[in-house]
Amino acid sequence: MEQQLEASTLGMWVFLVTEVMFFGGMFMVYILYRVLYPEAWVMGSNHLNVTLGALNTGVLICSSLTMALAVRSAQIGSRSGQVVNLILTIVLGSVFLIVKYFEYAEKFEHHLVPGPHFDMSLPEAPHQQLFFSIYFMLTGVHAAHMVVGIGLMLVILTMAMRGRFSSSYYTPVEVSGLYWHFVDIVWIFLFPLLYLLGAHLGAH
Amino acid sequence: MSHAIGTTGTSYLDAPHGLASWLLTKDHKRIAMLYLISITIFFAVGAMFAATIRAELATPQGDLLDSDMYNKIFTLHGVVMIFFFLIPSIPAVLGNFLLPIMCGTKDLAFPRINLLSWYIFIAGAIITLAAVFNGGVDTGWTFYTPYSSIASESSVTVAALGVFVTGFSSILTGLNFIVTVHRMRAPGLTWFRLPLFVWAIYATSLVMILGTPVVAITVLLVAAERALHLGFFDPTRGGDPVLFQHLFWFYSHPAVYIMILPAMGVMSELVAAVSRKQVFGYSFVAFSSLAIAVLGFLVWGHHLFVSSQSIYAGLVFSIITMLVAVPSAVKTFNWTATMYKGSVTWESPTYWVVGFMGLFTIGGLTGLFLATMGLDIHLTDTYFVVAHFHYIMVGGAIMGYLGGMHFWWPKMTGRLYSEAGAKASAILVFVGFNLTFFPQFLLGYMGMPRRYHAYPPEWQVLNVLSSAGASVLAIGYLLPAFYLTYSLIKGAKAPANPWGAKGLEWTIPSPPPTFNFEDDVVVDEPAYNYKPAREVHVG
Amino acid sequence: MDMLYLFIAAISAFFVVLVAALVVIFAVKFRRRHAEDVGADIHGSLVLELTWTFIPFAIAMVMFVWGADLFFRLGRPPADAMDVFVVGKQWMWKVQHPSGVREINEMHVPVGRPIRITLGSEDVLHDYFIPAMRVKMDAVPGKLTTLWFTATTPGTYHLFCAEYCGTKHSGMIGQVIVMPPQAYEAWIAANQPSINLVEAGQRLFEHGQQCSACHKEDGSGRGPSLAGLFGSTVQLADGRTAVADENYLRESIVNPSAKIARGFSSPSIMPTYQGSMSEERLIELVAYLKTLRPSRSE
Repeated sequence: MEQQLEASTLGMWVFLVTEVMFFGGMFMVYILYRVLYPEAWVMGSNHLNVTLGALNTGVLICSSLTMALAVRSAQIGSRSGQVVNLILTIVLGSVFLIVKYFEYAEKFEHHLVPGPHFDMSLPEAPHQQLFFSIYFMLTGVHAAHMVVGIGLMLVILTMAMRGRFSSSYYTPVEVSGLYWHFVDIVWIFLFPLLYLLGAHLGAH
Repeated sequence: MSHAIGTTGTSYLDAPHGLASWLLTKDHKRIAMLYLISITIFFAVGAMFAATIRAELATPQGDLLDSDMYNKIFTLHGVVMIFFFLIPSIPAVLGNFLLPIMCGTKDLAFPRINLLSWYIFIAGAIITLAAVFNGGVDTGWTFYTPYSSIASESSVTVAALGVFVTGFSSILTGLNFIVTVHRMRAPGLTWFRLPLFVWAIYATSLVMILGTPVVAITVLLVAAERALHLGFFDPTRGGDPVLFQHLFWFYSHPAVYIMILPAMGVMSELVAAVSRKQVFGYSFVAFSSLAIAVLGFLVWGHHLFVSSQSIYAGLVFSIITMLVAVPSAVKTFNWTATMYKGSVTWESPTYWVVGFMGLFTIGGLTGLFLATMGLDIHLTDTYFVVAHFHYIMVGGAIMGYLGGMHFWWPKMTGRLYSEAGAKASAILVFVGFNLTFFPQFLLGYMGMPRRYHAYPPEWQVLNVLSSAGASVLAIGYLLPAFYLTYSLIKGAKAPANPWGAKGLEWTIPSPPPTFNFEDDVVVDEPAYNYKPAREVHVG
Repeated sequence: MDMLYLFIAAISAFFVVLVAALVVIFAVKFRRRHAEDVGADIHGSLVLELTWTFIPFAIAMVMFVWGADLFFRLGRPPADAMDVFVVGKQWMWKVQHPSGVREINEMHVPVGRPIRITLGSEDVLHDYFIPAMRVKMDAVPGKLTTLWFTATTPGTYHLFCAEYCGTKHSGMIGQVIVMPPQAYEAWIAANQPSINLVEAGQRLFEHGQQCSACHKEDGSGRGPSLAGLFGSTVQLADGRTAVADENYLRESIVNPSAKIARGFSSPSIMPTYQGSMSEERLIELVAYLKTLRPSRSE
């Protein structure tokens, strides 16, 4: 059992390393173009809804807390604690996605989605389009990770309801928790890089 | 959670029968066999594309195919051979089969994930195949932007998704190997008692998990740029097409090491076994694998000497590329030294070893021409490069793969194949290979650009030589298909240790039982300990 | 360059022969004589390992220094080089001489004079490759790149596109015709159009694109004066500096906000010419801007 836990945890850490490389590629694109087109980046960032972004940041931080509590409940063998905290985590994750949906819808209305409908009357339009391309790519891939995470939580939740975990066996809870925290941390990077950039440098 | 399937004594091939028992297997040996069958098919497909290319290039005019068709064929040759044959070849077949046995354990750390890797691999292959039927792809396997993202009218998006999906198979396999080596080694099997093949696969896995995600995101960006009109590399929106090349080669140069490192690992095993001798400088060979894996991540820019990157960046990439030559040279010298005062057999594996050493040395040394910045300006994107990487990837990796297949075939299948056939095949491959690719060095030096469908008539002689060599090579590759298949039906039963070699895999029956070992394994000696145990030495 | 090529070829040949010979000699000399024989119990030798680590390292460093030196010389065109402008597009090479002569898929150059080529691309990546001159450079959409060479023997040489660019990649070929200087002058004179490259750029600047409405020579316009700009070091609004080379000029036309000169508003009020001006027009403009000198009256 000890070996099992160690192997699974190591496996998840190795997987998270690949995830870091995966997001790292996109961050490289972000950094390069930000250096090339700082103006467009500030302007693009100012189009983002900081309130919704901040709300989502809060939601994810809370979900990390409930996730940690779920792992704790598993460790001390409390089945009801696991179930409640896992449900809370799933709810918070879903809230995040719903807020994200409203944000995306807003971008559609304002013609800020790259492509033929992009509002070319904006200053620096081609480069703002680059900004929004990276915005949609980063947040889109992140949202896909959230969807996977919620699916994972549903599996863990059913296992927890059936009483599959005990204080001596809770590897799946712990390993999925690692994944969930990682996805949250990615957002903690995304939020300032995408949303707070404009506010930081002062809007025009 | 071990559901006992069959008794320990039954071979893994015989355990339960039926298609479902194979398609749902969690046994690393059976999964290795699934990979073996699938990559053999991809190799045949890729080889047919290659044959078409060589047939077209036998004449200077583009008379067999139109240029569009030619472009699609060389693209598919590259994509199929690299992503669906070379990258999975040694790790997914020999690695899967041997790594748990060499570590003295029943299976990999995550048997289910191992099976999942194979299904993902097949899914990626099917998606890529869909791109072929949907009109093909014509971007070259490198998918350079902006051609791939805005100009090409072929189904790049689908092919890119195929590569993206296949990448996950690579990542999961690498992950499985790393965790297995860290956590599943038998008691007494310390890091420095591991066979060098395990070291090489371990180094390869590191490259897989660090590099593959980057190429995955890169092709995803290209797909998004095409399908969703997002812009990342499009110069009309201020994007930088050279950025794609940086991201792409950050994986794809290390990918070369994914192909060659396992072949080096196979060679270390084979050299020791055919000489019945301790590998010369074990720790130098082991650490040179890691050195190659690490340095391999720092050299991607040597593909960009003429792409307008800063000349100072070029300097750094050039010098690090030169450094990669050193561990490769160290390995070559150590293998040579291993044969000194050995007891060298002239059975078929030796033929593959000697062939590998010859081709790999030429391939490695010609890399120095390309790493030398001033020369690379002239040679890059010519047939010199084509010849160089075929020496490494075909001469090196496929020689290693076939050598390994011949060496471990009796273990994997429990049958002996025709020695004469194997020797003939090794010689034909060696001769055919040199005849195919050596003229390409000369063509490249004269300036023949790669990916050309028609060329000036003065280069026909060398091209005809090359095409002729390719047909010899083809016979060399076809032979094993016959005598290996024949051995399955009529071959003599293989003993547990037909080569008289050292290593845990030779201590168990051929083919091995489902759970590999009857009892728990305890290791108390270093690898390749061919001397009788009287001088057990410590540390 | 060919000396270096031979040097590496010789070293490579030496090592290939050495390794191959040793492998074959060992395999024959130490062949197995009895089925049960095992090899000698040799584990390794630190001295040998260090030797064959250090020797390849030293040789590689010699190659590196030699190759890098060559690369730097190839990267720095001499000051007196003759300019030729080349634009690649699917699937042809468009060549413009300073005199205004244009050719397609052919390039006439005089023998014995350094030729400096400024390269642009209208669509995808291409690569201007003249094997006989041992030079090659990517044509990258969105920027200008340069290469230079000196032809030593009159004749006709191959010109290739060496970066895969689509269907007719292998048809994107041409000829470099190296002529004696007098013949070259005669060829230019025979094909001389009414207007040379700089004049074409001037016409764009003053009439076609109305640049001169804002960029007045005395600096009184809405944009900075461009007289004497080329080759100078520009102070930028964000505190950085930039050297005004061809790429700077080109970038400032297609993307005016990228680098804003000190004293001007950010983002730039100048419209972007991205996509609205072909590479050839851009090259004409840049060629003209390079000739602008402050007038003597100032």
